[in-house]
Amino acid sequence: MSAHLGNGESIALGDLPVLSVAALRDEVIGGVARGRRLAAYFGAGRRGDALRVVAVVAGDDDGELLACAADVSGSYDALTPDCPQAHWFERELAEQWGVEPRGHPWLKPIRRIPDAFFRVDGEEVHEVAVGPVHAGVIEPGHFRFQCHGEEVLHLEIALGYQHRGVERALVGGPDRRTLAYMETLAGDTTIGHALAHALVREALGGGGAPPRALAIAGIALELERLANHIGDLGALAGDVGFLPTAAYCGRIRGDVLNATAQLCGNRFGRGLVRPYGLDHDVDDALREDLQRRLAAARQDFAVADRLLWDSPSVMARFEGTGLLSLDVCDEIGLVGPAARACGAERDVRQNHPHGIYRFVHIPICTWPTGDVFGRAHVRSIEVQRSFAFIQELLDSLPGGPVALERPAPPAADRLAVALVEGWRGEICHVALTGADGRFARYKVVDPSFHNWFGLALAMRGQQISDFPLCNKSFNLSYCGHDL
Amino acid sequence: MIMAIAAVIHLLVALLLAPLLLGVINRTKAVFAGRRGQPLLQLYADLAKLLRKGAVYSGTTTWVFRAGPLVTLAAVTVSLLVVPFAGVRAVGAFPGDFVLFAYLLAVARFFTVIAALDTGSSFEGMGASREVAFSALAEPALLVGLAALARRAGGASLSDCYEAVRLFDFGPNGGLPLLLIGAAFFVVFLAENARIPFDDPNTHLELTMIHEVMVLDHGGPDLAFVQYAAALKLWVLGALVVGILLPLRTGFVALDFGFGLAAMAVLAVATGCVESTKARVRLTGVPQLLVAATVLAGVGFGLTLR
Repeated sequence: MSAHLGNGESIALGDLPVLSVAALRDEVIGGVARGRRLAAYFGAGRRGDALRVVAVVAGDDDGELLACAADVSGSYDALTPDCPQAHWFERELAEQWGVEPRGHPWLKPIRRIPDAFFRVDGEEVHEVAVGPVHAGVIEPGHFRFQCHGEEVLHLEIALGYQHRGVERALVGGPDRRTLAYMETLAGDTTIGHALAHALVREALGGGGAPPRALAIAGIALELERLANHIGDLGALAGDVGFLPTAAYCGRIRGDVLNATAQLCGNRFGRGLVRPYGLDHDVDDALREDLQRRLAAARQDFAVADRLLWDSPSVMARFEGTGLLSLDVCDEIGLVGPAARACGAERDVRQNHPHGIYRFVHIPICTWPTGDVFGRAHVRSIEVQRSFAFIQELLDSLPGGPVALERPAPPAADRLAVALVEGWRGEICHVALTGADGRFARYKVVDPSFHNWFGLALAMRGQQISDFPLCNKSFNLSYCGHDL
Repeated sequence: MIMAIAAVIHLLVALLLAPLLLGVINRTKAVFAGRRGQPLLQLYADLAKLLRKGAVYSGTTTWVFRAGPLVTLAAVTVSLLVVPFAGVRAVGAFPGDFVLFAYLLAVARFFTVIAALDTGSSFEGMGASREVAFSALAEPALLVGLAALARRAGGASLSDCYEAVRLFDFGPNGGLPLLLIGAAFFVVFLAENARIPFDDPNTHLELTMIHEVMVLDHGGPDLAFVQYAAALKLWVLGALVVGILLPLRTGFVALDFGFGLAAMAVLAVATGCVESTKARVRLTGVPQLLVAATVLAGVGFGLTLR
């Protein structure tokens, strides 16, 4: 009943099946029950009284993306009771379009500060409010804990302080501002989001970037992963007060960011990835420079990494903290290292490969424990894999140009879906074009959108003093969520 | 006469050099991390800066909140009067002064805690509850250890106890009991001064803090008092640790005094090494460590009963 498409492909809007709400529920709930995931679920715009909702379901086993739509007006039977993955999406839908998912168990806005929080009754229960202004220089978000002594009974996370209205600003594009928006959806995932946008543009216009651009974009994406994973490992060590790894990783992250700056002039990779190619090429001198820098960083990281894993006092803090089971992970649809640390084989680079990942494979790293240890361990292995991957690509860069001379404009009345494995997990961009070939709706699903709820669940029954450690092990984006 | 002068000199030296200990700890940590680190005298600069500032008081606080830092500093300063250093008897030594010592520290803690509770902040409340729970477990280790020292010295003042400690004392009451008590005191020293593995003095994460979170609302001169009192407490408890583990005595007061200062520096470096190589224990693991310290002190006490 759904339209089938691959990652980075588009279909004509006429081919998008518009189902009844009941049929859409069956498609999504049935698909998720068979092991697929809800990658995106959003309102695409009003047609008269009715709101057209679009669902994109990703099949990780067969690499297929299933898209379908339905028209809802007023209210409809919520998906969430039967498919918890829709929880956050339906709250967003109600917030953005005013439709009511009937029977949603916790229907309140996700980007506005709620009037009331979930409260646990009891004389000995106390409430702790953290944020939105935090002690460190980080983004704003509010955390409301219900505690019994040091034990957390429940955590509710209220976001929305970073809401900028990006999705609305993208409508009518692509224009000169579009790429700037893409590169700042989440500043630490510049390459990931820019790449997803490039895939969407190429899917809409047809054709794609030349091979050399694919390889260099892959290098840039892995550099971004390296910088963030290494930074996270250092920050995790810092949160448990383990000085050496915290200090070394902070420096090595800088080295990797500097390597990215050599590539494109910006430490976070801005101005590199463009639809149909790149704005910067790698000459032989630069290639050797990158190889030298990364070899040194790789060596330094090996030392810092070993220090961390060889310290029993650190392991005692990591093991068993912030537990999530594989069942819960699948139920709420976690993505990225957080999902792989629960044992889920979920990695866009393998399940829905795009660009260079079709030709050069990078193994999935999983770990079955679902705790802070698992999330740190997966990162540590991924760092090693990314170093190897980059080295392999640098040794055998394809020749040719890095960009097409005449990028094609987006075609009219189409829907395109792109998935990219950013360092935090699956980035999903869905674009619908109007009759004029302009974006009628541009939906961005940052991995944080899937994972924030996972953090709330991971805290249940934990010590409140372990929250910062747990939070860091997810390291989710506030602005990527709030958009 | 010489001893009396030396005792007064110790008071002055302690008041002057206590903040330097923190500088040495921080420098050690910086060296481990491959950083240059802050200046050794940073805390002095911080104190001078804070003393020049005004303080801001929340409308929900009362005189209790303002009294907290003052009483804490006063109590810790008075406790200095009964602490012997490098073989020099304390100015205010009298039989049973170790009980006064323990309870002066308790008074300091009590006022820090109620000043924290006075703010009505949930963070400070959590910190206060942690501080009280953990210090209740650290106190037995200190008192049992002091009782053992008093037993083997046959005197009941801290100065008597520490005079009876000798380096290379392998007699039935030296050696092992002293080592056990010294180890227990080192643990108490780390716990009471909010050092790793009990607390992280560098963290900015309120939810994980014990001591630091209780003083978040203090500013200006009040914060200076809090920080200076913390430095003095580090010195006071540090003197008790090095008095057992590094009791170098030559008979020449000036030389002993120099050795004593060097021993304090060694202690600060050792603390820095611990902080650089260990992660913090989980909060639920803190009681286990403190009970272990009490057990060490208890075994030391048992050995002196033979």
